[in-house]
Amino acid sequence: MTLTKAHIVENLFAKNIFTKTESAEIIETLFEIVKQTLEEGEDVLISGFGKFSVKEKNQRRGRNPQTGDPIMLSPRKVVTFKCSGVLRERINEGK
Amino acid sequence: MTKSQLIEALAKAEGITLKAAETAVNVTFQSMEDALIRNDRLEIRGFGSFKVKKYDGYKGRNPKTGELIEVDSKKLPFFKVGKELKERVNGDSPEGEEE
Repeated sequence: MTLTKAHIVENLFAKNIFTKTESAEIIETLFEIVKQTLEEGEDVLISGFGKFSVKEKNQRRGRNPQTGDPIMLSPRKVVTFKCSGVLRERINEGK
Repeated sequence: MTKSQLIEALAKAEGITLKAAETAVNVTFQSMEDALIRNDRLEIRGFGSFKVKKYDGYKGRNPKTGELIEVDSKKLPFFKVGKELKERVNGDSPEGEEE
């Protein structure tokens, strides 16, 4: 099964604080704030879950994997995620 | 930004109490955690997706001492950034207005 935003909205609605529409809007805004923060280059640290960071990648030479032709990859930013120790342990408990 | 700063920002943006915003943030990350613990896939449109990857155990060496060690198999969540977020951190706004 795949968890989606719709499931998170359901879980929030089940708390009986907000209507379905409000729940959906709040979850949308929550992810928008996280995206906005990362867009500004700031890390987002959720204790117990993990950390989202933006890393700068320098320009580098690469190859087109299909043709093998050398190409120049432009400098870019990537978003990385580091899982918290607590979550990592819980994922591995039932291994 | 920390979790408490996210709670404050959400309360302000939505005009809701800090307690309500805290519930929303906790429900969100708890739902995501539970999914990963169940080894379910998780996909947030525009943000990214997570999937638990299994890594086999192997025999390795402590790079400092050269000592032979057994590395256990493990599972780790792997995050793949979504298209929208990937474009936004690189300043390629789909509307193409801001610079």
